[in-house]
Amino acid sequence: MEAFLHQVLSGLATGGIYASLALALVMIYQSTNHINFAQGEMAMFSTYLAWDMINHGMPYWWAFVCAVAISFVAGIVIERVIIRPVENAPVLSVVVVFIALLVIFNSVAGWIYTYTIKTFPSPFPQQPLFGNRFISSHELGAIGVTLAVLVVLYMFFRFTTLGLAMRAAAQNQVSSRLVGIRVGWMLALGWGLAASVGAIAGMLVAPIIYLEPNMMSGVLLYAFAAALVGGIDNPFGAVLGGFAVGVLENLVGAYVIGTELKLTVALVLIIGVLLVKPTGLFGKVFVTRV
Amino acid sequence: MNDAAKTAPVISIPRYAGLSMRAWKAIGIVALAAGAVTLPFLISNYRVFQFNMVLVYTIVLLGLNMLTGYNGQISLGHGAFYAIGAYAAAILMDRFGWPYWATLPVAGVVCFVSGFLFGLPALRLRGHYLALATFALTVAMPQILKYKHIEHWTGGVQGIVIIKPDPPFGLKITPDQWLYLFTLAILAVMLLAAWNLLRGRVGRAMVAIRDHPIAAEAMGVNSALIKTLTFGVSALYTGVAGALGAIVVQFVAPDSFTAVLSINFLVGIVIGGIASISGALYGALFIQFIPNFADQISKAAPWAIYGVFLLTFVYLMPTGVAGFIRMLVGKLVRRRVPA
Amino acid sequence: MAALLEVKELSAGYGSSLVLHGVGLQVAERGITTVLGANGAGKTTLLRALCGMIRSSGEVRLRGELISGRATEDIVRKGVAHVPDGRGTFVDLTTEENLRLGAYTRKDKHRVNEDFDRVFGYFPRLRERRHQQAGTLSGGEQQMLALARALMLRPGLLLLDEPSFGLAPLVVQGIFQIMRRINQEEGVSMLLVEQNATLALELADHVYLLETGRVVVSGPSSVIRNDEAVRRSYLGY
Repeated sequence: MEAFLHQVLSGLATGGIYASLALALVMIYQSTNHINFAQGEMAMFSTYLAWDMINHGMPYWWAFVCAVAISFVAGIVIERVIIRPVENAPVLSVVVVFIALLVIFNSVAGWIYTYTIKTFPSPFPQQPLFGNRFISSHELGAIGVTLAVLVVLYMFFRFTTLGLAMRAAAQNQVSSRLVGIRVGWMLALGWGLAASVGAIAGMLVAPIIYLEPNMMSGVLLYAFAAALVGGIDNPFGAVLGGFAVGVLENLVGAYVIGTELKLTVALVLIIGVLLVKPTGLFGKVFVTRV
Repeated sequence: MNDAAKTAPVISIPRYAGLSMRAWKAIGIVALAAGAVTLPFLISNYRVFQFNMVLVYTIVLLGLNMLTGYNGQISLGHGAFYAIGAYAAAILMDRFGWPYWATLPVAGVVCFVSGFLFGLPALRLRGHYLALATFALTVAMPQILKYKHIEHWTGGVQGIVIIKPDPPFGLKITPDQWLYLFTLAILAVMLLAAWNLLRGRVGRAMVAIRDHPIAAEAMGVNSALIKTLTFGVSALYTGVAGALGAIVVQFVAPDSFTAVLSINFLVGIVIGGIASISGALYGALFIQFIPNFADQISKAAPWAIYGVFLLTFVYLMPTGVAGFIRMLVGKLVRRRVPA
Repeated sequence: MAALLEVKELSAGYGSSLVLHGVGLQVAERGITTVLGANGAGKTTLLRALCGMIRSSGEVRLRGELISGRATEDIVRKGVAHVPDGRGTFVDLTTEENLRLGAYTRKDKHRVNEDFDRVFGYFPRLRERRHQQAGTLSGGEQQMLALARALMLRPGLLLLDEPSFGLAPLVVQGIFQIMRRINQEEGVSMLLVEQNATLALELADHVYLLETGRVVVSGPSSVIRNDEAVRRSYLGY
């Protein structure tokens, strides 16, 4: 029972990270109809930047904020410079552009920082809260930060004019132009936000899975699966999906089949869900008009 | 009345330097075939091996293009079918002593069946959802291949080593040259079969399903059947290529068939040209040689260079190399219709 | 009165095919001009070209200033509001959010709330549906919402693309009455594109008839209304 609770709670912690990354994917998907397959590698690179700054003596939270800010700007630049030229290219060509970004970030990170595994510090204390045996302080902190980020994003999109404009631009580009919204910049902003969220996710997960250039590939896959299970056009679904997948991964790994095949089994289960509900649990059922 | 007949417009075929477009195309194909056949005798053994892999990848990309390019079903999982074909060949040759050429039909059939079976649930999925499902296949494959309980067959993590076959009939050529010609022959047959299929009713049905699934169904196309059959045929091609690849490389191991392979295949058809037969060749050349080339440019971050190549190709040729060439030919050619 | 909008030699189309061929028209300050024509005449293309949604050649001047070739977002900031065909409402956003977006480019944020009242004054039904998702509104209500959103800009020029389309006759009459009020009370000039000739002729003071992308007839609506030949050949009645 204890072990079960521990698995569930730490599953929620990693699930929160999947949820953040899934949200980043959904944000870009809603505005551009593309999945940013490079989101994980961008997050990994941001985490390396933070590591670099901390190694040079910067206090943790300063490095955290700087990494998030740099990622924000980088996301905007990437959208304007690399994605914009292929806006109207065939879908699969855009997929290859994302693959290219993925490969470039991964390779450059490996080149600059080498492939040796590094430790990334956690800002949370070593001792578990109240000495409990179920969840570490970092895991608890990760859940807290994830929820905080999600709440801030929700309030931004729901209550600010800019958030409203971004939602409008994501739904209907033509009408947005007709009310004067500069759609191109809204897309760039979306990318900037997604990159920031990714950076936060990366810095939260690095203490758990250790910092190395390939650390985010599994995370991205889970986040992608979570976004699909929740319904690719539904941010709440993506978040719920993220938490669910995190718990599922842990339970499958602990109770069904060891850690080597747990990825496969988890994916199979997720695909099973998709077969029953092909547009995800909370996704819109599309009525195709002929 | 005779005047009317005399002044009726004559439709004549435009000619370029005396020959029609079709004649030029035929000449081009014959020249290419001649070049392909003589190539192994002009280059080093290592290069023969490399070009042999180009031929193998061309078969893969033919198969993948059928599914993704012509039929619109995205697959990030063809590395898995490649692996199945490769292991089928390796197990038959190493554990059962089968001759290398007999493994190809088996690989083809096994993969056709697995592709068809995978295509059934895939009917319910589209776009990114299908991409995830096929990607799961490719992620699962190395893990399954390493699975302890079937190590006896698969050789576990170490894999299986295969002996290179000798040229038959005592021909005075190296084994590499023989394998190359063998692969070339298989490619020619499969190319012809694909060309025939895509030109005909089935091919048109495939494209109709891709472009407007509802209209296709309304016109009587059995969408489910065509889609699962396409999956099967596509997997068949990839499986046969996998078997050939295993024989050429002389080695199969779980880590040769990771997600990177599947992603490379997708990159291949996009760079080569979606929904194009010649695109398979261009794509195969790209995925075989550009990584090596990138490695020569920068030993420190070769994949970053590869990524830059990808971006360059996509920006300059968004419809792939095949589309680019088509556009160039269109521009260079001026239609001269007699007055 | 000086022309608010002046269009000269406007040609536009999609891809390589031209739909409009050298169209010229004017909208007077505080005036209502209507462009009539059958399906495919190029009416929607005309409005899209004016807003910079598609590429065009020729000259479009707003209060003397050249706006042709500029981006839609910039033209909007000059006080041009376009109510597109199909309404163009943000169906997943609420009525209020739609209206708020109409005022997106305005600098005088504090007066925007006043404008909510003003707009609800014209369309009381929208006040009832304030927090409802726009996609759940009826066709007539969505047309009102589209018009209301345009008004939130406090535009100098309103471009309307077939506001009567798909709506019941009584609803259409109501909308046209409100349009007349807006023009009279606030001096908003309008360029109205319509298939429903009768109502348009009643509302407008100037008429252009568009046929396969060219202006074939133009004149004051009082004249056109009474010209039997024109009515028979071009308006079908």
